[in-house]
Amino acid sequence: MIGTGISVNSITARRRHPLARVAVLALALGLLGGGYALAAPNGSTADAAIASGKADDVAQGKSLFVAHCASCHGLNAEGTKKAPTLIGVGAAAVNFQVSSGRMPAADAGPQAPRKPRAEWATDQAVDQLAAYVQSLGGGPTVPGAEQVDPAKGDPAKGGELFRANCIQCHNFVGAGGALTYGKYAPPLNPATPTQIYEAMATGPQAMPVFNDSTITPEQKRDMIAYITHVRSQVDPGGSGLGRIGPVTEGLVAWVVGLSLLVLASIWITAKKRRAA
Amino acid sequence: MNAPPKAISGVSTFVDDRIGAGNFLKRNLRKIFPDHWSFLLGEIALYSFIILLLTGTFLTFWFKPSMGEVTYTGNYAPLYGVRMSEAYASALHISFDVRGGLLMRQIHHWAALLFVGGMTVHMLRIFFTGAYRKPRELNWIIGILLLSLALLEGLTGYSLPDDLLSGAGLRITQGVAQSIPIVGTYVSFFLFGGEYPGHDVISRFYSIHILLIPGILLALVSAHMILMWVQKHTQMPGKNRTDKNVVGAPFYPAFMIKSGAFFLFTFGVIALLGTFAQINPIWLFGPYTPADISAGSQPDWYMGFLEGALRLMPSWEINFLDHTVTFSVLIPALVPLGLVMTGLALYPFLEQWITGDRREHHIADRPRNNPHRTAIGISGMTFYGILWLLGANDEISANFHVDLYTTTWFGRFAIFIGPAIAYWITYRMCIGLQRKDAEVLSHGVESGVIKRMPNGQYIEVHTPPAEDIAAHIRGKQEIPVLESAEDGEGIPPKGARSAIGRLRAKMSEAYGTDRVPLTDGHHEEAHEEEHAGVGAGDRKELH
Repeated sequence: MIGTGISVNSITARRRHPLARVAVLALALGLLGGGYALAAPNGSTADAAIASGKADDVAQGKSLFVAHCASCHGLNAEGTKKAPTLIGVGAAAVNFQVSSGRMPAADAGPQAPRKPRAEWATDQAVDQLAAYVQSLGGGPTVPGAEQVDPAKGDPAKGGELFRANCIQCHNFVGAGGALTYGKYAPPLNPATPTQIYEAMATGPQAMPVFNDSTITPEQKRDMIAYITHVRSQVDPGGSGLGRIGPVTEGLVAWVVGLSLLVLASIWITAKKRRAA
Repeated sequence: MNAPPKAISGVSTFVDDRIGAGNFLKRNLRKIFPDHWSFLLGEIALYSFIILLLTGTFLTFWFKPSMGEVTYTGNYAPLYGVRMSEAYASALHISFDVRGGLLMRQIHHWAALLFVGGMTVHMLRIFFTGAYRKPRELNWIIGILLLSLALLEGLTGYSLPDDLLSGAGLRITQGVAQSIPIVGTYVSFFLFGGEYPGHDVISRFYSIHILLIPGILLALVSAHMILMWVQKHTQMPGKNRTDKNVVGAPFYPAFMIKSGAFFLFTFGVIALLGTFAQINPIWLFGPYTPADISAGSQPDWYMGFLEGALRLMPSWEINFLDHTVTFSVLIPALVPLGLVMTGLALYPFLEQWITGDRREHHIADRPRNNPHRTAIGISGMTFYGILWLLGANDEISANFHVDLYTTTWFGRFAIFIGPAIAYWITYRMCIGLQRKDAEVLSHGVESGVIKRMPNGQYIEVHTPPAEDIAAHIRGKQEIPVLESAEDGEGIPPKGARSAIGRLRAKMSEAYGTDRVPLTDGHHEEAHEEEHAGVGAGDRKELH
């Protein structure tokens, strides 16, 4: 401090001022907050975090995240070699993946299958986790109950959209189908309306994203109406045979139909005429 | 004996005096039919055909073969207000608004699957017992024609409801038409009356499906039955059965009752399937638009082997003199079908050429007694079966969690290796079964009686096989082999001099040589003692 005109002693003296701690803390908080506000991608993040959960949820979510997700996705959800970053995927993606049991993933297969939820993953825990991830970088939010209410959708319109956009992978009633390299389009039967909506909005795993400009929220609701209507329908023609089309029909024709007839022919000809 | 009542005798005399049916019936009602379960397999197809004609007629009352666009206003809510073709709308109308319509549709479709299935198992029975041999080659050809027409009938019928799944089949049909070199695009435009899908194909397929092909089928089925009647049915080898007689029961009453009962069985099974198992749920597929396609789009089972061929084929395509030749469609569409159908049609003649067998045959072969034929048949079935299986490779992949491309690559190798392995295994099994037969004749059947000999040795007593079993085994006929040995001056016979002649002689030797000749007596010294006990013990005949 030589030549600056300020004596070292005077700084030391101010440092020991009773209010110095408060001032430094205020300065640090101000710098951090101001810097964050400048560096954050947009100003709506905080609002979004609040929209999808309370501020407490974010903190709770972070601790859940660190406990159950961070080993693959990184301590700050920045992603690792094993798993992608979750910044910007949104609460909808978290809700879809965790509520359907896909995450946390059991092992690194081509695709994480639907499975029973982890014990800790209660509805509340999923919400908290979603709030935390939402707070990191925004993204699609969890749809409201009205947005996914099948009763409010038009199944006929939804059916046309469903046939145009979904069935090439998920099959004509959502029974599922094969994709390449061990991946597959899962059956839609166990998916809740909310999960169907979230899958369209976030494009999990091999699925493409159908965002709101491709398929509007109303259209999504129509499709949910169609999917839930058709899957709850009692097959008018008897057993649906898995509803996968001619493969099981052919199997039944041979295994049931022809086998029964062959047995009948054996039975008929086995009855010998008694010698008169 | 009582005279028949006037009501019957009067009518029958009236008819007999005018069309002379009495003599015809007297001759034919007593016609003898041999009895074996496998002889009823063809009747599955015959009775399914009758059910198809009846239910099909019912469906024509409401079906509208038109591709004109309408808005659906029927009872099925999830399609209400959707634009669709009149054909699809009327098929929905039959399913949901016509009383019994859905049941009739389902019975019609199940009957179609069993029609082709019945034909297939019947054809396999004929093949493996050599029942296509002289004098029945023409009837065999008629059968192959019936099978080919049935495939075409199925294809046209499958397309009629104009749902999304049938549209996928139609699209493949169009692709196949287009893949034909040079004329492909013209054929496609001709078939569809312009750009695909056009407005004509449903009404055209309708005429073909309900008029043209059923008419030809009916005519050919009649010819098939008449020829069978005139040439008499083959019989399995057995006691007192020769090429000159038929042992069995008379048509009236025994065979007629069995046949009638079998019709009821066939009808029963089809009706049960139609009632309890949903088939072709067109309302779930939705109306056809060329832009949409569903996962798990498969044809009905009898087209599955073509679907499999298409899925296995690598994407080969060449450009030749400004013409695109799409081998990736052309080969799978034509080669397996051509191999299977042409191979089947030519087989009786190829076999005759190789064996030089010009005799008439009325006794059926047991499959083991012609091991090469049986092995060829099984390897053909393996070829077909692998293609068939791989036609469903996406369902296999999705439901059994096998990588899709793994199934494709498995199929690409299996289609060549599988039939070869099947050939070898079948051949060895036939030879093994022949050895077993020879052993039964020469050693007898194990009686289950253990005897202790005075010197302390234990032996099992063998008894001769039952008379009918022995006769069944002795029914084995030798397969002729072409004369190819050189004469005294080292000159081979006339037919065996050229390269083809030598090859033919070699194949004839391989095809016809009896590897396991049957021996009757107890020739082997070692067994003398064993059989010495037979006379003393209980002679029990085993059945």
